[in-house]
Amino acid sequence: MAEIVIKNVAKSFGSFQALHSIDLTISDQEFMVLLGASGCGKTTLLRIVAGLETPSQGEVWIGGRRVDKLPPRERGIAMVFQNYAVFPHLTVFENIAFGLRMKKLPQQEIDRRVNRTAELMHIEQLLKRYSGQLSGGQRQRVAVARALAMEPDVILMDEPLSNLDALLRLEMRAELKGVLDESKTTTIYVTHDQVEAMSLADRISVMNGGKIVQAASPVEVYRNPAARFVGSFIGNPPMNFLPAKRASNGQWQVAGLEMPGPVAGDALEFAIRPEDLTVSPDGFAATVRVVEPLGAHTLVTAEVGGKPFRAVLDSDLPVSPGDELRLSPKPDRVRWFDPETTRAV
Amino acid sequence: MTPKALPYLLLLPATVFLLVFFVYPFIQIALLAVTGPEGFTLQHVQTMASHWKFNTALGWTILLAAVVVPIQLVMALSMASIVTRLQTGRSAILYIFSIPLGLSDLAAGIVWLAIFEQSGFLNSMLYGLGVVEQPILFLGYQNIWVIFLAVVLAEIWRATAIVMVILVSGMGLIPKEYYEAGEVFGASAWQRFIKITLPMLRPSLQSALILRTLAAFEVFAVVTALGGTTLPVLMGETFQWQFTLQDRNVASAYALVILAISIAATLFFLRVLRVPKGATL
Amino acid sequence: MTATVENNTPKAVETARSAGRFLFIAAVVLICAWVLVPIYLLMVNTLSSPQEVTGFPKTGIPSFDFSSIQFFISFAGVAKALWNSVLVAVLTMILSIGIGAPAGYALSRFDFPGKEAFRMLVVMTRAFPLPLLALPLAVLFIRSGLDDTAIGLAIVHTVLAIPFAVLITFSLFSGIPLELEEAAWTLGCNRWQAFQKVVLPLVLPGIAASAVFAFTISWNEVFAAAVLTIENRTLPAFLVQNLNVSPLHLKFAGGAAMVIPALIFIFAVRKYLFAMWGIANR
Repeated sequence: MAEIVIKNVAKSFGSFQALHSIDLTISDQEFMVLLGASGCGKTTLLRIVAGLETPSQGEVWIGGRRVDKLPPRERGIAMVFQNYAVFPHLTVFENIAFGLRMKKLPQQEIDRRVNRTAELMHIEQLLKRYSGQLSGGQRQRVAVARALAMEPDVILMDEPLSNLDALLRLEMRAELKGVLDESKTTTIYVTHDQVEAMSLADRISVMNGGKIVQAASPVEVYRNPAARFVGSFIGNPPMNFLPAKRASNGQWQVAGLEMPGPVAGDALEFAIRPEDLTVSPDGFAATVRVVEPLGAHTLVTAEVGGKPFRAVLDSDLPVSPGDELRLSPKPDRVRWFDPETTRAV
Repeated sequence: MTPKALPYLLLLPATVFLLVFFVYPFIQIALLAVTGPEGFTLQHVQTMASHWKFNTALGWTILLAAVVVPIQLVMALSMASIVTRLQTGRSAILYIFSIPLGLSDLAAGIVWLAIFEQSGFLNSMLYGLGVVEQPILFLGYQNIWVIFLAVVLAEIWRATAIVMVILVSGMGLIPKEYYEAGEVFGASAWQRFIKITLPMLRPSLQSALILRTLAAFEVFAVVTALGGTTLPVLMGETFQWQFTLQDRNVASAYALVILAISIAATLFFLRVLRVPKGATL
Repeated sequence: MTATVENNTPKAVETARSAGRFLFIAAVVLICAWVLVPIYLLMVNTLSSPQEVTGFPKTGIPSFDFSSIQFFISFAGVAKALWNSVLVAVLTMILSIGIGAPAGYALSRFDFPGKEAFRMLVVMTRAFPLPLLALPLAVLFIRSGLDDTAIGLAIVHTVLAIPFAVLITFSLFSGIPLELEEAAWTLGCNRWQAFQKVVLPLVLPGIAASAVFAFTISWNEVFAAAVLTIENRTLPAFLVQNLNVSPLHLKFAGGAAMVIPALIFIFAVRKYLFAMWGIANR
């Protein structure tokens, strides 16, 4: 049973504020993904939980125990590193057994756990090899097996798949999901890859500029971004944004269209995902600039009200640059943001 | 133990050691050179400067460095270029090229003594070729320029390797893409060397030149092995005053002179070969 | 017409290329000879009888007579000088690695105020004619009873070797990813255990190489050795003291005794020479 509670944690390096007062609770057995661009503080937060970095302020609790003053080895965690950190001078067996030997477990138990985790990660035939004889994917498996063998309360993963090539990443992602679901261990997983985050997470914490912007389920984060940043960061292509003005009749004026909206202030930002647009005569007037056929869909980059505006359209639709289109948003998918606070309205 | 204190703890032995055995002794040298029983005095410096061997020793030392270091630089650059271009037998040839790196100047002096002494191999060869009828006394006091030449050869032979090693490492740090870009833009091999290798090698050239020039100022055992005291150099004179003449103060004054020209040379190379900020690799 | 041109151009290029190739190989052979022939000649003299060494003209072929070597080994003071050389060099090796390696580790792993000042101190030692340290230290050593002892001389040689030890170990430790250490911490190690179980096995060959380098520095050093020792001379100090009184065959055998270990040392550390200097330059 290991719930992780992060209370008011901040971290600065010199004059650079890497984390601003983070509060986050990760419940037992939850798979939490920290998602954000590089430099947003996600790795710093993970390293603070691991004990590899000391927070400038705040507390970290794991399983009801305050751990922020403890060294990593006393926190009941295991970590998988971006560059795998498989010890080059030890065999795969000894790598997986490393932490178990430090715990002074009996040889029998060590053998059992190494063999079990090796089997789980499909590396049982590699146990006698050294890391120099392994491929990147195999090293990654060793690193995960080494963490799992510890049977920790918490597994921390720092961009574990980012050094693999695309195909291998897809395969490992599915495998990781299965293995980690099975192990029922609380997991914090850092990535900058939104697809990875979506497919793995129970909950995603989207981070930006050292703050958590939104922490919610993948679908929630995608459908109801809590802030403009989340909408512009998640989704490929990201959300479209257009300025909206309040008309005298209480409606909102967006690029020549009038539509109903929330009752708030005089100016808002209208947002819609590119796949939530359909071609219909009462939509935005759009001039097509670039057409990218993607097979199942066609990605159209157009101009609406002088702003770039993307739409994912059916690939049967004949479009070419220069065409004039009418794009109309699905009403239930329209979102609104306050241009001042950038929060959702 | 707090993690904050750890790096200082690790540096402590080295710092204390260098303060006691490096900084303090150099202060001592300066003090020894300019103090007598009655406090500050320039008498030792005067004794040194007025001795007939001082000017010649200073002259020979600087001349030696001025001749040896440029030749070494050119040779080391050629050797390093050769090594980086080798495809087969690279490690064997690199080993042979760097052998002299491990030799002391005394050993080098003795090696070249075997060639230049009266019954040595140079005389044997000249005799065998019928150039001379009698072996020549190359290393006698009448032939001070031959002694100088022998010292130059021995120094080039021994200490070019260290320059080469530094330059080879430096060349290894220059990414291949620059050369490929140079080739694409039509630079010849020679132009690539002048326009790409040399400028990017500046930090290595700087350390190699400083290291070598200072070592050249400290030349001692080669000269002693080949010419005894016939060819006076600063370090040899320092040794003479310390031992034969038993005058520490004048020896320290000599040490100060070596120190002074060393610092001057260091500053010179730092200035001439400085790398503008942001222009590093 | 065009056909001939097309045929001739590659030929001309090929001739130029093979000429260049020949010049290149000739340069390599020439430089190898420049390095090796003098050493060969020293060995010829060492492996000849004393009479042959002073004889004229010489053939350049060794007679494999070991009487010069025998004379050298049995010459009064030589055995002791050899022993002293080894002793001082081993002490230098231990001191410089023992003091230098922790500093190298600290420089590679931590950022802390004063780091630059320490680096300056180390770099500064390279800009000073270090053997001169022997002069004032001679006085200090007489006062503290370290004069004419192996440890006293080893201390001076350590000052010579420390900048190299610090910079080389710095580059060695920097070559070990910090993540490996961090992984060990998360797997139950404290700092010292992680160092011992992960970092040490990985840097050990490099540490050994820099230890050999320190040994070589001490083994070769003449000036400070000659100044600081009287009874307990090292081999170079012994040779330089007796240069003008000793017979030729003694000099040559002595020279060979200094050269041969050096050849072995350089062979032992050859892999590391370049890695050491690459980083040490920065």
